[in-house]
Amino acid sequence: MYSGLKSMREAFGDALADLGKINDKVVVLTADLTDAIKVTKFSESYPDRFFQMGIKESDMMGTAAGMAVDGLIPFATTFAAFATSLANQPIRVSVGYNRANVKIATSHGGVCVGADGATHQSFEDIALMRLIPKMTVLVPCDANEAYKATFAAAEFDGPVYLRFGRVATPVVTSFDDPFTIGKAKVLREGSDVAIVSTGSMTPTALSAAQTLGKEGLSVKVIHMPTVKPLDEKALIDAAKECKCIVSAEEHSIIGGLGSAVAEVISSEYPVVLERVGVLDTFGESGEPDEILKKYHLCETDIIEKVRSVLNKK
Amino acid sequence: MERFESEVDITRLECFAQQLRRDTVEMIYHAGSGHVGGALGLAEFIGALYGYAMNFDPEDPDRDRIVLSNGHTCAIWYAALARSGLIPLEELATFRKLGSRLQGHPSRCAMPKLVETSTGPLGQGFSVANGIALSLRLRKSPARVYCVLGDGELQEGQVWEAFMTAGHYRLSSMCVFINNNRLQIDGKVEDVMNMKNLNDRLSSFGWNVIEIDGNDMRQVVDALKKAAECTTEPTVIIGNTLMGKGVPFMENLAKWHGTTPSLEQTLTALKDIGINDEYADCSVLIPQ
Repeated sequence: MYSGLKSMREAFGDALADLGKINDKVVVLTADLTDAIKVTKFSESYPDRFFQMGIKESDMMGTAAGMAVDGLIPFATTFAAFATSLANQPIRVSVGYNRANVKIATSHGGVCVGADGATHQSFEDIALMRLIPKMTVLVPCDANEAYKATFAAAEFDGPVYLRFGRVATPVVTSFDDPFTIGKAKVLREGSDVAIVSTGSMTPTALSAAQTLGKEGLSVKVIHMPTVKPLDEKALIDAAKECKCIVSAEEHSIIGGLGSAVAEVISSEYPVVLERVGVLDTFGESGEPDEILKKYHLCETDIIEKVRSVLNKK
Repeated sequence: MERFESEVDITRLECFAQQLRRDTVEMIYHAGSGHVGGALGLAEFIGALYGYAMNFDPEDPDRDRIVLSNGHTCAIWYAALARSGLIPLEELATFRKLGSRLQGHPSRCAMPKLVETSTGPLGQGFSVANGIALSLRLRKSPARVYCVLGDGELQEGQVWEAFMTAGHYRLSSMCVFINNNRLQIDGKVEDVMNMKNLNDRLSSFGWNVIEIDGNDMRQVVDALKKAAECTTEPTVIIGNTLMGKGVPFMENLAKWHGTTPSLEQTLTALKDIGINDEYADCSVLIPQ
């Protein structure tokens, strides 16, 4: 459906509008960020099912939980940083502990928010959401997957965290590929090293694999659109086949995909692992590309880690 | 709103509240911990809800909802569930014990049909209650939503977010009861964090404000009626109550927020509360 460059948040907006048409249980809440999270189309098509909550994220999460308790399928939308840390307590109790069928859908995950700086860049959201018991964490890699993940989240019964990027990123998956929560996607076969990536780092991982391929290396790329529950089998199979892994994510190396990978392989099939991600730091203002470079989230950074794990293998 | 038009037997409701107080004291003694003071002050309101105002049939999608946002006061609510036939009376003896449905703070996972939302961390249940009310309105349900807040709880910012939401959306099915006992763990509410002019604050958020003696059954019943009659805005009942109401040695003392009475104190408390012919005590609690 999408090709070239397209932002995931726009695909999310399209998906919500389409979902609204076929499922009248779907309602949308936002905290003064209607256009930023791209729910304008839904708000115009289904004004009765759209709830402007004002700038009060905690109340929005609680309200969404109440709607879910009464049988609706609410999408509570805002930026990743505000949803997951500002409203963490209502997510923990009103959504998580209640097992309320709320979909927490966020934009501006990772560094891509750019010039707004550290307060708006979210490096911790995956870690925070992974910690909530029974929370499903979906981090699609492109617009096609963002669209399908939105539908999958609506069909799934239980709390889901969805993380979308702000800027247009390359579309690397086909719209016709099935999307199943909990399933990894092997985007490239290989046996020398496995790159396990999520979100917008997956296109970067694919180009790194291509570059390394030209040098004769056989690089597997496994995309994890579901960070929780992680597809452990796919991961262990890759560890057995490649004997070394590099994880890559636009998120802190603490608590995110890299940590999830370490948790699994350290007990199931220990192999060398290096993590590409934001180090233990806050971000800063700058163009997204400049920030990706400064914070070591580029193709060259993945390649460097691949060489490092191959040396240690 | 038929039930609000029927004759109300205040004496019967007072007996019900008296029994809820007895159960509460016994449960907390038996559990070895719990929050007795705030719960005792809520006896009239909880009694009026379950004895008069609420349709609480858990199978009815149009049942009225209750959210105990100040979840720590749940002993008296569990007692009301038992006395209304929603859970077995004997189950009150499991309160706060391992494996019990009667968790220390209400848990939806433990009782999905009876607990609309898990509460405990203050300030959160109110938003959920609003969400339920918005959903009920979307499907044109006549159900009302009751939400109980502590006055100390009003210090939580999220409470004011929720007051804004219900005011903005004119959620007239919402009825909030503030258990205004003017005490919190660290002492007097006015000393810990001033909440003066509460009536004006709430009116300015677009709420119908009714202030009553929350331990006077007639006033509670009348306030619930008035709340149901107001179809243009949400209603908040400021219920001026006494912490520990009904047990003189506990009354108006902040330490009884979370202190467990000894056996001797429990027996004195039961004597103070008194007994009526309407209800039998739950004998599994205090073997005498």
